[in-house]
Amino acid sequence: MKSEIINLEANQIARAIKKKEVSAREVVQSFLDRASDLNPKLNAFLEVKVEEALEKAQFLDDKISRGEPTGLLAGVPIAIKDNICIDGWKATCASKILEGFVASYDATVIRKLKSADAIFLGRTNLDEFAMGSSTENSAYGATKNPWNLDCVPGGSSGGSAAAVSARLSPLALGSDTGGSIRQPASFCGILGLKPTYGRVSRFGLIAFASSLDQIGPFALTAQDCALLLQVISGGDSLDSTSSDESVPDYCSEVTQPLLPLKIGIPKEYFVSGVEDSVRSKVEEAIQTFKSLGAQCEEVSLPYTDYATAVYYLLAPSEASANLARYDGIRYGHRSNKGKSLIQTYENSRSEGFGPEVKRRIMLGTYALSSGYYDAYYAKAQKVRTLIRKDFEQAFQKVDVLLTPTAPTPPFKFGEKVKDPLLMYLSDIFTISCNMGGVPGISIPCGFDSKKLPIGFQILGRPYDESTLLRMAYHYQQKTSWHKQIPPVK
Amino acid sequence: MAITKKDVEYVARLARLSLTEDEKENFTSQLSSILEYMEKLKTLDTSGVEPTSHPFVSKTVWREDVVKPLFKAEKILENAPDKEESFFKVKKVLE
Repeated sequence: MKSEIINLEANQIARAIKKKEVSAREVVQSFLDRASDLNPKLNAFLEVKVEEALEKAQFLDDKISRGEPTGLLAGVPIAIKDNICIDGWKATCASKILEGFVASYDATVIRKLKSADAIFLGRTNLDEFAMGSSTENSAYGATKNPWNLDCVPGGSSGGSAAAVSARLSPLALGSDTGGSIRQPASFCGILGLKPTYGRVSRFGLIAFASSLDQIGPFALTAQDCALLLQVISGGDSLDSTSSDESVPDYCSEVTQPLLPLKIGIPKEYFVSGVEDSVRSKVEEAIQTFKSLGAQCEEVSLPYTDYATAVYYLLAPSEASANLARYDGIRYGHRSNKGKSLIQTYENSRSEGFGPEVKRRIMLGTYALSSGYYDAYYAKAQKVRTLIRKDFEQAFQKVDVLLTPTAPTPPFKFGEKVKDPLLMYLSDIFTISCNMGGVPGISIPCGFDSKKLPIGFQILGRPYDESTLLRMAYHYQQKTSWHKQIPPVK
Repeated sequence: MAITKKDVEYVARLARLSLTEDEKENFTSQLSSILEYMEKLKTLDTSGVEPTSHPFVSKTVWREDVVKPLFKAEKILENAPDKEESFFKVKKVLE
């Protein structure tokens, strides 16, 4: 059984452990062994918590043998993006400025996972403070794509995506501000879901851009994605932006019949710049849904072309305010250079932050500064309204929108890192979703000629994650892309 | 619009960043080309359009102001770069 454990789905693992077909300890050990073999090559985990995971597994096995009740994810391993706080664990955001910082409380999603009896394997790599699309901005080295070690895994949640893709963990959590779950899911050939803004509490998620950030699941199958979303969703008095909207039973919703379903194909997402391999695989996915009986029609989201410009004004503006807290006084890196308090601030920040974070703080500070506020920040907020209305209008006609997740398959290391604007444009199809607050999922739909993964994205109405999961489920019943295992050895 | 090295130095001061000469040069050209891309927003007529600060119209969340323990000071201070008793220690603020 042991060699097969790593290929099991999370829901299968949970069931097998409950039935005592396998112990939680065996499961955890299998994934830890796999991580110890492959993580040195992939750098998906910044830290693997071997002892702690095994102890928790033993604790659960004892509980099960005593016949005590256990949670939905009892014994299921999960990897956590290193911008989500776990009490007593380091939390670095892949930044030097938080080197040595230890979280003093659990994020709400972590508290929920603990009460569901999930087992945390470790902290996964990311672009520093979740700012990037390739994980190359990590202060602790880039993560590699399990499908091709010369390629990026996407970002910012590249470590979580690579960990699930390479079967180092059956589940992972990421965060998505402009595509940071969906784009790496696409690049690594797995599922990644950004829930509706407010669906999941962000208490304990280290803030990047507060009007856009959401925590969400990575998994191999729709059922697993539903299972993890089930556990982490719901309102929270510690996050007043979370929603009290009732949480459906995703675990049973996911396998419900698909029809009737109207799919909108936004013409602005099939423009030049989309690579042929991506276009043809996404068109095949559209054909699959037609064969399942869905109706497809072309729709227009006319303000799509402005989304990148709006996002790269609003997100850095919010980031420049959120990251003002890193001043070397209460936690994190403090420079011992400089004589005055102001110099302590300036030197601590300059020594602690990497180039992309500094660039975004500069951009955001500029956009918010006196004399430029109206021309940049306020203007971008108004155009955001137009982008949001694009979605409202489209969802009056169709149930969901289907698009490519990214314009290209995974790119090579160093290809875009020197040109910030070029890197920003790799998020072109994932950004609007965050601006409108709607849910989005990336689903693997094949490979290009070099065997690099390609994904498509489905965007839905607010709080309609059920339809996205159901579409993923029915698509995966018809296809086997999600069953392919990356060649990394 | 092109931004100058002087703009970069001014913004760096606002952002409490001390930049090297190389960083100043880089940011001057990179921020200029990024902001040039943003110019496309100016072609849109947004008169009468309300700004969006959050995706959904959200209401202010009210709650009773009840004192309850959330964190222990000693635990929070474990992350302090420098401390004395139960305080964060900083450089002299007033001469």
